[in-house]
Amino acid sequence: MLTCLCDAFYGNVGIATVKVLEHLGCKVNFNEKQTCCGQPPFNAGDWKQAREVANYAKSILFDNGQTVVTPSASCAAMTREGYHLLFPDQEPPHAFELSEFIVNELGITKWVTTKAYNKKIAFHRACHGRGIGLTNEAENLIASIPGVELVPIRNAEQCCGFGGAFCVVEPHLSGEIGRAKVETLLENQPDEIVSGDMGCLMHLGGMLHKDGNKIPIRHYAEILAETI
Amino acid sequence: MSTRVEKYSNTIKPETAANVSNASQAKTAQRVTALHAFYDDPDQMQRWASKVKGYVLDHLAELLIQFETNCIKNGIVVHWAEDAKEANDVILGLCKQGAGTTIVKAKSMATEEIHLNKHLEQNGFQPIETDLGEFVVQIDDDVPTHIVTPIIHKNRGEISKSFLRENLGPETTVPEELAAQARAHLRSKFRGAKIGISGVNFGIADTGRIVLVENEGNSRLSTTAVDLHIAVMGIEKLLPTEQDLATFLPLLAGSATGQRITTYTHFITGPKQVDQTDGPSEVHIVLLDNGRSKIMAGDYRDILKCIRCGACLNVCPVYRQVGGHGYAHVYSGPLGAVLAPGLEGVKAYGDLAKASSLCGACEEVCPVKIPIPRMLLQLRDETFRAGANTDHIPWRVFAMGATKPFIWKSGLMMVPMAPLVPHPLAAAWKSSRDLPKNEQASFRKWWSKKVGA
Repeated sequence: MLTCLCDAFYGNVGIATVKVLEHLGCKVNFNEKQTCCGQPPFNAGDWKQAREVANYAKSILFDNGQTVVTPSASCAAMTREGYHLLFPDQEPPHAFELSEFIVNELGITKWVTTKAYNKKIAFHRACHGRGIGLTNEAENLIASIPGVELVPIRNAEQCCGFGGAFCVVEPHLSGEIGRAKVETLLENQPDEIVSGDMGCLMHLGGMLHKDGNKIPIRHYAEILAETI
Repeated sequence: MSTRVEKYSNTIKPETAANVSNASQAKTAQRVTALHAFYDDPDQMQRWASKVKGYVLDHLAELLIQFETNCIKNGIVVHWAEDAKEANDVILGLCKQGAGTTIVKAKSMATEEIHLNKHLEQNGFQPIETDLGEFVVQIDDDVPTHIVTPIIHKNRGEISKSFLRENLGPETTVPEELAAQARAHLRSKFRGAKIGISGVNFGIADTGRIVLVENEGNSRLSTTAVDLHIAVMGIEKLLPTEQDLATFLPLLAGSATGQRITTYTHFITGPKQVDQTDGPSEVHIVLLDNGRSKIMAGDYRDILKCIRCGACLNVCPVYRQVGGHGYAHVYSGPLGAVLAPGLEGVKAYGDLAKASSLCGACEEVCPVKIPIPRMLLQLRDETFRAGANTDHIPWRVFAMGATKPFIWKSGLMMVPMAPLVPHPLAAAWKSSRDLPKNEQASFRKWWSKKVGA
């Protein structure tokens, strides 16, 4: 499952995800008819429209027995928790977030590579991982790459303020939360800001770039793919 | 249109926002340190506590009757109040039978919820808040901005200015000196008062005892140094047995203030006995429904597990920006965003559920594991269906595009045009962020090539 943000803006993250999965021996399929998981109208409260989109996504992605993997905890949580609320009488499908699949399903806890990635990384843990029981799976994978230094982050449990439509419906709140996050992420002078969800990164990157700060923002899948 | 919380966030003074943010960050850190010092696995304790409160809700009717029966055995007079008006009338009636017009009040969110002070004042009584934070709120004609730390939005300098205005003492920013000024003033009130009103932290069904926790000693004076003590309790605040306190006292103190246990824990069994010289001669308890039965029957039932620790407020990124005033309700933060519309309906307070990024930090810290994010989503759905939705995004159009791959793909190609379209949402995005570079479905192109090759 590509996710709509990767579809529109961050194709590289989708490409990296495919490369990582293939490197680990998976046969990857991409259904070109896929669109969105339905989370935007779901979070906004328009569950009628959310059901339309979710039903479509289910028919495209989940009805053929394949394992579904996505580079976003938010979309994975939507298919599990969200669909359960939208269709209480049905068993919800089960999409895996990428690091969840690598660590918990494939049992790979270290990224075996001879390539070094000599960067100081501020790793922002995407909040929606909480919804599917993720903790530090992706962080640990990245930390196991030679040369990577993860910098400590104050108030690491705090959200970046993106929140989907929240960021445009409540722009001031979202912006203030984001500014507080940016400040703590930059405190220990990282070379890059890395996370597991392009929603967070689009928001944080958008703020940083607007302020003229060109620090790279990256999905961890890109780093895994580059160190294969 | 934005929520009231967003609107408030545009008006809050930077100093006030900083007070809330700094204090709530400190409280969150204290909580984590404390709970990990007490328990090998705090999460396991929270899951257990959630089960106990789940049992209470499953057996609420019978536990309430057991509690009432045991209270009566202990000599406590039990009153049932269906709503705020009934509760206020019962309490006013009791106060009229008491001596004098001064009432010393221990901190109680239930009495805030029913706006008791206003009712008593309108009828000639002088209720005096004796909790230090609540006292400051009262002299400033303010409202509490936090359920545990009512003046989280104020700093020492501001408090000192208020005390100076009330002739309590000279200006100072030394906490002990400020506390001493309030203490001297409040002691004089305690000496004269014959009526005391408190809340209830836990009502114990199997013994009929009222448990109160506090750190300042004012609750003790308000409940024991008076002739008439009236306690007000939401009907959900029961525990089945006193043994359950072994779980709940440290969990509440740890989650609320980072303490192992509060400085004072009171077990109130009833009025003074014939062989006792101290204590009130009458103890009454008012059991308050005020919308709780309605919540019991619906999707937000688990919010009644809440033990009012305030950890979800402290950790909430939205609460940290605005404090309690932004929610315009007695209950604020993630708890308030569920409880306020639960008690008063989504038409009045449904917008609060939108003032959240759904980050889930609240559920993570909750000592009774209330699934607040799930309920916020359900509230958004209910608010939308009730026609009380405040933002008008055309999701029907989105759904149409997202269920037809050819529209979706052509939409992706059009994204670069988006900045040219004068759309309010685009303006909101760009108020503090740049748009990412559009890659025009670069993954799809790469994939086609890969599959083709």
